Amino acid sequence: MLSERFSKAAARNVFYGGSAIFLVIFVALTAHSHWYILARSTAHAELSESVIQGKLVFERHSCINCHTILGEGAYFAPELGNVWERFGGHESPEGARMAIGGYIRAQPTGAPGRRQMPAFDISDEEMDALVDFFEWVDGIDTKGWPPEISG
Amino acid sequence: MATAQPIQQPKYATQRVAYPFFVVALALFAGQVTFGLLAGTVYVFPHFLAEIFPFHILRMIHTNLLLVWLIIAFFGAAYWILPEETEQEIYSPKLAYIQLAIFALAGAAAVVGYMFGVHGGRHYLEQPLWVKFAFTVSFLMFLYNGTRTLIAGRKTSVSIILMLGLWLAAIFWLFAFYHPANLSLDKLYWWYVVHIWVEGVWELIMAALLGYLVIKLTGVDREIVDKWLYVIVALALFTGLLGTGHHYYWIGTPAYWQWVGSLFSTLEVLPFFAMLCFAFYMVWRGGRNHPNKAALLWTLGCAAVSFFGAGVWGFMHTLSPVNFYTHGTQITAAHGHLAFYGAYVMLNIAIMTYALPALRGRRPYNQILNMWAFWITTSAMCFMTFTLTFGGTVQVHLQRVMGMGFMEVQDDLVLFYVMRWGSGIAVVVGVLLLLWALLGPARREPEPGDLAAHERNAGAEPEPVGAR
Repeated sequence: MLSERFSKAAARNVFYGGSAIFLVIFVALTAHSHWYILARSTAHAELSESVIQGKLVFERHSCINCHTILGEGAYFAPELGNVWERFGGHESPEGARMAIGGYIRAQPTGAPGRRQMPAFDISDEEMDALVDFFEWVDGIDTKGWPPEISG
Repeated sequence: MATAQPIQQPKYATQRVAYPFFVVALALFAGQVTFGLLAGTVYVFPHFLAEIFPFHILRMIHTNLLLVWLIIAFFGAAYWILPEETEQEIYSPKLAYIQLAIFALAGAAAVVGYMFGVHGGRHYLEQPLWVKFAFTVSFLMFLYNGTRTLIAGRKTSVSIILMLGLWLAAIFWLFAFYHPANLSLDKLYWWYVVHIWVEGVWELIMAALLGYLVIKLTGVDREIVDKWLYVIVALALFTGLLGTGHHYYWIGTPAYWQWVGSLFSTLEVLPFFAMLCFAFYMVWRGGRNHPNKAALLWTLGCAAVSFFGAGVWGFMHTLSPVNFYTHGTQITAAHGHLAFYGAYVMLNIAIMTYALPALRGRRPYNQILNMWAFWITTSAMCFMTFTLTFGGTVQVHLQRVMGMGFMEVQDDLVLFYVMRWGSGIAVVVGVLLLLWALLGPARREPEPGDLAAHERNAGAEPEPVGAR
């Protein structure tokens, strides 16, 4: 299958040389993507102190180990990348803010046969920051994903 | 056909270093599948443990134990293989034991912390900062130890590719310390750890371990194996690095990734196909009749199931127009389960099944039980993957095409989750059998001498054919 003419040394050189080339291309494309994210896809709104704090709230409670955000996470609970839009944030920002905060505070519902979201210790300021974070994430240019508002 | 003399003692004394690594890894494996079963139970009984161990904690422990035990098993495998390959004792066995203690204790501390709500917020990388530091220190101690051993001795392709894979794994791990506030950037570099590990540099480790097993189990010529190995690892990195692009479709990254990712991640099937061909071709070619049949079964099983789990199931949802609909559904979960099991779980079990008889000073033991464990665990993992794939297909249609709400759709998937739960129970049973086969009392198998005598006796009084 591998002919005699293709020696072990040749195979090894192809591996090292080729891998180095592909690594350079990959790093270059990543560098461009890094710039693109900052200058284009997330340039819609300032990354404010509140958005940054909101991300930390999101992480402190490990939301991602039940939910997904931009499709990545645990697939056990709804997508949060577009939760702002799903709660009507585009039409009524104040209403969406109230609704999302209220929803989180109402957990767990204890409804029989339904997955239970735990009660999390989140202050009012943190809740505002979390919602700011959701609003900011909703604005990221995700090339049209998700296909439906259901996430 | 030459019958190999079964090893009863490690050839080099310091190969014994591998033993505690394997025992710790197997214990954590048991924990991993237990927490997996608990998480699977919540899908069927949503209130199960909701107050004490909510789902996110169960899942965090399930995934973290997986990563920790796989890496500890890789360390153990390296300590087992390096002396034979380099024809050198391990540079410092003491360093190895210290390194294991640091890694295992830090990992255990992380898991206990999770139970009390102490964790970071990026999945798989939830370890608190000090645990990440401890992992790094332990990893560096391993690299120093392994590299010193390698430098001092014979340099084979197996040992070079193995150490290169582990070096690259450590280097890309460092991206776990970078934690940008911008979610898209966070994701961009998070995949530098997660994707480049499992679909890039870990494949180097996999190729090296498979190469070692094939040489030992089939007696095939090393020169041929070496050439294959370099072709396999070249395919792995040529496709796997730019294949990262299949995670860069919808997270705020440029649109060209949809082309780059689709093309290169389709080609990611190639290294797995090459490993499949390699393992089966070498076994077919090799003349050796090694007595450790269970190790051979796990080796071939690893090559086959990784091809389906990582290769075929990966390809199924990797083209960007498909991924647009399947991204972040149970399809992803199906692929993740069979890929990790086929590629890395089965690989480590193969090497343990091969090495443990010598580490325990015995001939291959409990072979039948081990093979039962293989078939039960592997069938159950495949069944789990099928249920999640079918469930995921329904989910994609209802949620992504029809636009039905997430929770409403989940209610329609209960049947699939019940079947997945059943397969999860079977996995736990299979793993318990495996642990018993590997670590439990080793029943004395017939000595080759006994067998030969038995065959001679049988030959002496042949059943008179046609006498009846």
